[in-house]
Amino acid sequence: MVKIAVYPPNSLILADLLERKGHTPLVLQKQIRQKIKDPEIDSPPMNITEDDPIQGLKYAAIEVPSGVRGRMAIIGPLIDEAEAAIVVDGAPYGFGCIGCARTNELSIFLLRNKGIPVLELNYPTNQDETYVMVNQINDFVDSLEETDKEEE
Amino acid sequence: MVKIALVSCGTEYSGIQKEIEKAANKFGAEIILPEIDLDYIDESYEKFGFSAQSSSLKLMIARAMAIVEGRSRPDAVFIATCFRCAEAALVRNEVRRFIQNNTRIPVVTYSFTERTKADELFIRMEALATTVTRRSILAREKQEGLTLGLDSGSTTTKAVLMENNQVIGTGWTATKDIIESAKTAAAEAFGQTDYDWDDLDGIGTTGYGRFTMGQEFKAELIQEELSVNAKGAVYLADCQKGEATVLDIGGMDNKVITVNNGIPDNFTMGGICAGASGRFLDMTSRRLDVDITELGPLAVQGDWRKAMLNSYCIVFGIQDLVTTLAAGGSKADVAAAACHSVSEQVYEQQLQEIDIREPLIQVGGTSLISGLVEAVSETLGGIEVIVPEYSQHIGAVGAALLVSGMGHRQDDK
Repeated sequence: MVKIAVYPPNSLILADLLERKGHTPLVLQKQIRQKIKDPEIDSPPMNITEDDPIQGLKYAAIEVPSGVRGRMAIIGPLIDEAEAAIVVDGAPYGFGCIGCARTNELSIFLLRNKGIPVLELNYPTNQDETYVMVNQINDFVDSLEETDKEEE
Repeated sequence: MVKIALVSCGTEYSGIQKEIEKAANKFGAEIILPEIDLDYIDESYEKFGFSAQSSSLKLMIARAMAIVEGRSRPDAVFIATCFRCAEAALVRNEVRRFIQNNTRIPVVTYSFTERTKADELFIRMEALATTVTRRSILAREKQEGLTLGLDSGSTTTKAVLMENNQVIGTGWTATKDIIESAKTAAAEAFGQTDYDWDDLDGIGTTGYGRFTMGQEFKAELIQEELSVNAKGAVYLADCQKGEATVLDIGGMDNKVITVNNGIPDNFTMGGICAGASGRFLDMTSRRLDVDITELGPLAVQGDWRKAMLNSYCIVFGIQDLVTTLAAGGSKADVAAAACHSVSEQVYEQQLQEIDIREPLIQVGGTSLISGLVEAVSETLGGIEVIVPEYSQHIGAVGAALLVSGMGHRQDDK
């Protein structure tokens, strides 16, 4: 079982594909769920407080806007934990979206430079491309499994 | 309840969503998010024509479009984006212009950090709520009876006594203890007349200390200074009909308010940098060893181009001015450079955020510094700047005017 970061980090489809293969998708919704469930924080809608953008300083300097640092406080730990990553470029909002282009640039850069296997794909525009994308993801995940077994 | 539409990107990720809602709720308003579907985002974004990369900014554009096209019907709009984000700043400005050009809905913009607290937003939310809910009060054009206006500012406290549409007494003192300063300023105003507290029909309070004063003096009107100053300015400048822009460069923050037929319809408020405030000129006059009242005439005689000023900062900018003096520069040139620096920074930070409508009425204590008024006019391409009589007492005049008709203290007796 490999911990795989996905981008967009809140893509339900990517998370589902990985879970079906028995891997752990590192996704935003789990992080947010933890925050919302924390009864000690009262900062709706997501219980992100001013402390989060400050924690985001680990990933981006103080001159970076608070919205980027707040997002990085949630996404950054997922990247830290990742053993592999799948990045889908050009996806529509419904596929998953973090809302901020600067956060996208930084997160994808950090994934690429982490020294882990990264699969980068373009969002499909028709059915054939969709089959190709799913197959590429499955192949990538299978290759991770083989590496995992070899290491064991 | 007043509905304020939030058009923003990232308030929830900056941890300030709750602060925005808290500020709105305090003044009887609620924050709403214009509802739209995914297809409408692309449709509006293409129609708007700004190629933003961030999808939250596309969402902002779509929400603005929903307001303009009447899909969402808020009473006011609050546009907020992250401080230091260039892309968001561009979109924020264009979205503001778009809403203002196509609706009559009051709009205020703000760039936030994670440190933004509800207190900083109170005055903006209160002014937005006021322009919606208190139009009848803001429509008042004539003062009646005997009323006292008290304005507790960050630097000075002002009092104005008005009777039958005339200012009959004024008071002005440095703000120390809020209540004591208000009493001192009021005593000065009463001293110019035969009246006393017991003769008043009503009291209006404004400024930072408005709630404290309002409670102490049982004021009939407690109102933020954006609406009050705008009203006082058009009243004193005799511009109650048609359009005008009011500029108040204060001791701690600056206000720019556009007015249509005496009612404020848009405003911006700055308060990030002391270099763009009256405090900068106060410190300059001390370094020049001249009284603040002499700074303006001195600046009018000087040429700002002859004094090196590399920074707007209240520390480094003033250090530059001192260096100019040490190199043999004249006091007049330094005074002119200081006025030019404040005016230029107010222009860069705020005046560009609002569509200036002539005439420009400059008010507040700094409006008495003639060099600054001249610098503002020059910065804005030589437009006419009106400084009405009692401009330094503007908040107190506005409060005395607006409270008239609300107070019935003599009837009660």
